[in-house]
Amino acid sequence: MTADQARALIAERFADAQVEGSAPIVATVPPDRWLAFAQFARQELGCGFFSFLTAVDWKDQGLEVVARVDNLDHNVSLFMKTRLGPGVSACASLTSVYSGANWMEREGFDMFGIRFEGHPDLRRILLSDDWEGYPLLKSYAVDTPHPPYR
Amino acid sequence: MAVKPPIPVIPAPVWRNFKDLQEWEQLHQRRPEGDKHSAAFESLTDGIHSFPGGFVVTTGVDAFLNWARKSSCWPVTFGLACCAIEMMATFASRFDVERLGMVPWASPRHSDLMIVSGTVTIKMAPMLKRIYDQMPDPKWAVSMGSCSNSGGPFRHGYSVVKGVDRVIPVDVYVPGCPPPPESLLNGLLLLQDQIAHFHRTGRRAAPNEKVD
Amino acid sequence: MTAPSVKRVELDYTGSERLTMNMGPQHPSAHGVFRAVLTLEGETVVGVDSVIGYLHRCHEKLAETLTYAQYPSIASKTDYVAAMTSEFAYVRAAETIGKFEVPKRAQYLRVIVSELQRVASHLLWLGTWCMDMGGALGGGATIFLYCIRERELILDLFESLVGARLLYGFFQVGGVRYDVPDGWIASCRETVDLLDSRISEYEQMLEENPFFMARAQGVGVITRELAESVGISGPLLRGSGVNWDLRRSDPYSSYEDFDFKVPVETAGDCFARYRVRMVEFRESLKIVRQALDRLPEGPISSRPGLKSVGQTRVPKGETYVRVEGARGEVGCYLVADGSAKPYRMKWRGASFSNLAILPHIIPGHKVADIVAIMGSVDPVFGEVDR
Repeated sequence: MTADQARALIAERFADAQVEGSAPIVATVPPDRWLAFAQFARQELGCGFFSFLTAVDWKDQGLEVVARVDNLDHNVSLFMKTRLGPGVSACASLTSVYSGANWMEREGFDMFGIRFEGHPDLRRILLSDDWEGYPLLKSYAVDTPHPPYR
Repeated sequence: MAVKPPIPVIPAPVWRNFKDLQEWEQLHQRRPEGDKHSAAFESLTDGIHSFPGGFVVTTGVDAFLNWARKSSCWPVTFGLACCAIEMMATFASRFDVERLGMVPWASPRHSDLMIVSGTVTIKMAPMLKRIYDQMPDPKWAVSMGSCSNSGGPFRHGYSVVKGVDRVIPVDVYVPGCPPPPESLLNGLLLLQDQIAHFHRTGRRAAPNEKVD
Repeated sequence: MTAPSVKRVELDYTGSERLTMNMGPQHPSAHGVFRAVLTLEGETVVGVDSVIGYLHRCHEKLAETLTYAQYPSIASKTDYVAAMTSEFAYVRAAETIGKFEVPKRAQYLRVIVSELQRVASHLLWLGTWCMDMGGALGGGATIFLYCIRERELILDLFESLVGARLLYGFFQVGGVRYDVPDGWIASCRETVDLLDSRISEYEQMLEENPFFMARAQGVGVITRELAESVGISGPLLRGSGVNWDLRRSDPYSSYEDFDFKVPVETAGDCFARYRVRMVEFRESLKIVRQALDRLPEGPISSRPGLKSVGQTRVPKGETYVRVEGARGEVGCYLVADGSAKPYRMKWRGASFSNLAILPHIIPGHKVADIVAIMGSVDPVFGEVDR
């Protein structure tokens, strides 16, 4: 499985994905194909190593969820991205495919407010459970005070 | 059978007991009255002190007790972040603190000193206050590193408490990021000087401009 | 008068009663602020819920407010035990997007300090792990004090090179900040030789100790599929049979010039991870020797001197850069927008993914094994909570 073979496979199975690059392969898929693409990456492309999952807040264009998986045996890296669109903060959860997505998605929920559908235990991980607001959104100031600490 | 782990309940923050944090900080300034001491014992020692010649006894006993307190001041290992590594290096054999009598002890119930080493976050602050409350009087606190002095490099962060003195009263501030063990030892020696001035009934001395 | 009748009550304790115990954020095993809510059946752990976030210091949000020249010294505070590799990831990410050249001497210096930092970090790991298993007042303190003594030698080298013992601002976008002072290379060689002999001593001491072997072998087995699926990396992955080392598979900063072995063990238990790290000690020292022998002359940075904090502008782009830290794959996903500050910066902390393995491997072990497993996973909470 080389990077070119992987790109060819992606092009034939996910025609609506934009693919560029080869190390890593960057594939942008629409949000409704997110889980299917992850399953394809795990089973067909052999990318079993889950590196990370996070999100980027593109202010007016909405949120983008980014994940990276690697095929350790053939040294193929795949960067999966999906744009959720303005105002949307829900995405499919990858915990059924990769166990590492569990904590990464909890962090995505904690920092961005993205609700991952299908996540077994979606609650805040880095901040206390009664925290209000999602810090990594661009609308949240870095020094937002938390009463009573000023 | 799959066990569903319990959703952990983080204890309610203790700061809700105070009207606001400014009240707690004012209490910190007037902290000498906050140390628990017995009124009967205080009146007895005052009596001995005012007896002609009695001051020899009280000041002698003070000096002896303060020497004992400062020479076996046991810190509770409260390492939070990077400063904890430097604190561990201070406790190790090159910059030994055991020669000063400080045996690092994990249980707060048996310790006199809390060296807060590392950033105090809003999630951790109630735990810190709880451990501090579990320490018996008289107790001292050393704020090690710039994160616990004032929030440090993370001062502008949303989840960082800007200095541990917003949570507990601090006796010695050791600056640095992280303070090398020599600095921490300097701070601990300053603390020993402070303990030496601990008054006969347990009232703390006023800050000494020359030393503090 | 009738004799009082004794009523016999048979207690039907089947041992399935469950107790919830908190292993709180302050505990004597010196790993930092970690809370585990354990569900116990007797002495056996049945479920673990780990609560993290007690050291969340807003690194990612702060990085959006600090420039590329200001952030590297803050970056060292993520993995504070191995601060050099943390800064490395961030600085390389900025260099990759901006296509800044790094001179060869700077690359070799980066390799030297990264490998020395790996040795220092593994020394601290060994000391604290053995102290956790042995007790602070008992035999565990022996190895701890020995390892801290060796670590001080390396920290002295860093202090003469950079000026700081633990958290450095050594890396700069485009190279490194300080050049080696006179006599540093000679003292570095001496230290490396000394460390080699001492490590053999500790290996022998530990492997002849039946308690250590009993507590480390067969405990905390991580299978290969679980390892890859959760995303653990570094010595944990190599201890489970996966031959994956970023210095070999995705070489950066002239690592391809050096000849070193990547240790892989298949058992997947704490002892396997221990063996991996002990071999890594030696291999890192080998790399340092090779790099010192072949250190090229030249500039130490392609962008020397700091004229203003906003001088480094990185053009639009995004990248994910990973380095092989002491704990695994430390990565920095950087989205740059052409200004002097990043648009989005995500730390892929090795310990965050490594810690996620705990709920999978701890159930079934006894409470005392948790300490051994946590020590062999070697988390640093600056990386976990960022």
